Amino acid sequence: MIAALIFYMFAAFTVGAGVMVISARNPVHSVLFLILAFFNAAGLFLLLGAEFLAMVLVVVYVGAVAVLFLFVVMMLDINLSELREGFLTYLPTGGVIALVLLVELAVTFGGWAFAPDVEALVQAPVQAAASGVTNTEALGALIYTKYVFLFQASGLILLVAMIGTILLTLRTRPGSRKQKIAAQVARTAKNSVELVKVPTGGGI
Amino acid sequence: MTQTFAFSSLVPALPELFLTVAALALLMLGVFRKEDGCRQSTLLAIIAMAIALVLTSQLGGSVSYAFGGGEAGLFVMDGFGAFTKAMVLLGSAFTLGMSGTFLEREKIGRFEYPVLVLFATVGMMIMISANDFMSLYLGLELQSLSLYVLAAYHRDNLKATEAGVKYFVLGALASGMLLYGASLLYGFVGTTSFDGLAKVFGAEHAVRPSLGVIIGMVFVLAGLAFKISAVPFHMWAPDVYEGAPTPVTAFFAVAPKIAALALFTRVITGPFGDLAGEWRQVVIFLALASMFLGAFAAIGQTNIKRLMAYSSIGHVGFALVGIAANSVLGIQGLLIYLAIYLFMNTGVFAIILSMRQKGRLVEGIDDLAGLGKTHPAMAFVMMVLMFSMAGIPPLAGFWGKLYVFLAAVESGLMALAILGVLSSVVSAYYYLRIIKVMYFDEALEPFDRQTDRPMRLVMGLSALVVLVFTFIPGPLLVGAKAAAAVLFPAAAG
Repeated sequence: MIAALIFYMFAAFTVGAGVMVISARNPVHSVLFLILAFFNAAGLFLLLGAEFLAMVLVVVYVGAVAVLFLFVVMMLDINLSELREGFLTYLPTGGVIALVLLVELAVTFGGWAFAPDVEALVQAPVQAAASGVTNTEALGALIYTKYVFLFQASGLILLVAMIGTILLTLRTRPGSRKQKIAAQVARTAKNSVELVKVPTGGGI
Repeated sequence: MTQTFAFSSLVPALPELFLTVAALALLMLGVFRKEDGCRQSTLLAIIAMAIALVLTSQLGGSVSYAFGGGEAGLFVMDGFGAFTKAMVLLGSAFTLGMSGTFLEREKIGRFEYPVLVLFATVGMMIMISANDFMSLYLGLELQSLSLYVLAAYHRDNLKATEAGVKYFVLGALASGMLLYGASLLYGFVGTTSFDGLAKVFGAEHAVRPSLGVIIGMVFVLAGLAFKISAVPFHMWAPDVYEGAPTPVTAFFAVAPKIAALALFTRVITGPFGDLAGEWRQVVIFLALASMFLGAFAAIGQTNIKRLMAYSSIGHVGFALVGIAANSVLGIQGLLIYLAIYLFMNTGVFAIILSMRQKGRLVEGIDDLAGLGKTHPAMAFVMMVLMFSMAGIPPLAGFWGKLYVFLAAVESGLMALAILGVLSSVVSAYYYLRIIKVMYFDEALEPFDRQTDRPMRLVMGLSALVVLVFTFIPGPLLVGAKAAAAVLFPAAAG
């Protein structure tokens, strides 16, 4: 009973925040609503007993992605009213495409079936809750043993992304002023302060 | 719960592991050196590829799995894998060898270039050895991400940047389609392993595939068709080929294509092997559309890099005919075709890279005018390669096409074979036009002398291979047949 109530609370907040993300006038508000939606989705995961996914959602999406969005929104001066100008003209086309996709999804899932002995085929069966293994533990045991290859390959992909970013954006700018700490530390009073003896009433 | 880990279980993936470590080492070397070091890194990368080639050739003897229990492992190494990996490594090494001087002359030589090529090659090898949709996807992304960066490598050039962005956006879309399809399949079967899927669709269980499975399979095929630039997923190819720096274009045209076609073959013969009735029409459509678009769209081109893009679309169509045949003969034809394609294309790109007038790079087909008088040797190589590409007997390209069409006829796809031959006649027009321009048009300005030794080596080698295959086809035929038979264990046993 209480679990159902909590579910409806999280679900309603998620949907409501989602609607606000696309309807808010101020883009900063949109991002803040997005964060609210993420938190409530994390709550939904918790209800399902997937505590690891809940934490990852908060850490990755709220901690990194949403903050990145916030940066982008604040750094770029986006004129939203200009973006919204074509909204009504594109609505019919977009609506038709959305409808087609919806029908396709309905057809796919309406006729959905599972392979007959799907239970025996499942790649990484979930351990029974009674065994006392939390799903963080279970995921860790899979990722670092059975799927270590995939884990390392993902690492390589991220490395390539990093190399690519540096390759495409890093430039040496001759005119830029960098802080040279060594030079700052090496400064002494002798070469930066000049003592001038000013005669009384004489001026410089 | 405790399992012991034996290093010997990694042996099937040894070439990949070696190349990865080599790439990381080259990255470190490049970062800690003061000067640019593009040339040195390139040389070391080629050596690393040669070592990986030797390792690969030692492994293809039997089917072995790594990373996971037995046949459900994430990674498979077999004769087919060894054959295609050898082609990919050769293609990558050739293009790396050709790019050193070019990059230096254009003053865009940086040590990241060979490193990215190495990572792309590792990705391709993982693709070829994928035995699970997850390793397939990761290999594909590792390769694609490196290629996106390489396309935009000349970052101060507007066209190169456009090529990179276009490739990236469309590539991401294709990856999305592939993932969507894979998730539908996973939803049906509960496993992403190729062997698990093959068991469900195969004779043992013989499940009548539901609608969701068919949609999933078509999405996977569409995602893969994008990566091999088969029509109607080819739109990115001409723009990316034209915009990217020429050595990068040469790389795009050879190694990733071979790897993606090998992956396509593995997916279609492995998990979907017994769904031939469902996917055959898709592959036949892709093949026909690619062959005809490649033939007709190339006619109006004036830029030779764009022309090569359309030509490669056409070649993918011919290769797909071999896959549509779905037999040992068909895959053998495909492998022969790809091997010949590898040498023809590297040769042609070596010539395109030599098209310089007074140190300036030119890309027009008209700029080739009079090559027969000014550079007879270069023109002769180009003529051999063009005749071969057009499929004029007795050159190698003809045999490639012959084996593919023969397999199609054997599998009862007579109409497909006839239409394929017709499109090949159309495409002969633009290959022959290049020969005509070279030998019968007046030269306006001769090209600079090609002094780069690796470039001349690649040029000579490619013409030599095309000619040698014409007279001694035996070894390639036998090798390709052994590699193809691995994918059809039922037919062999």
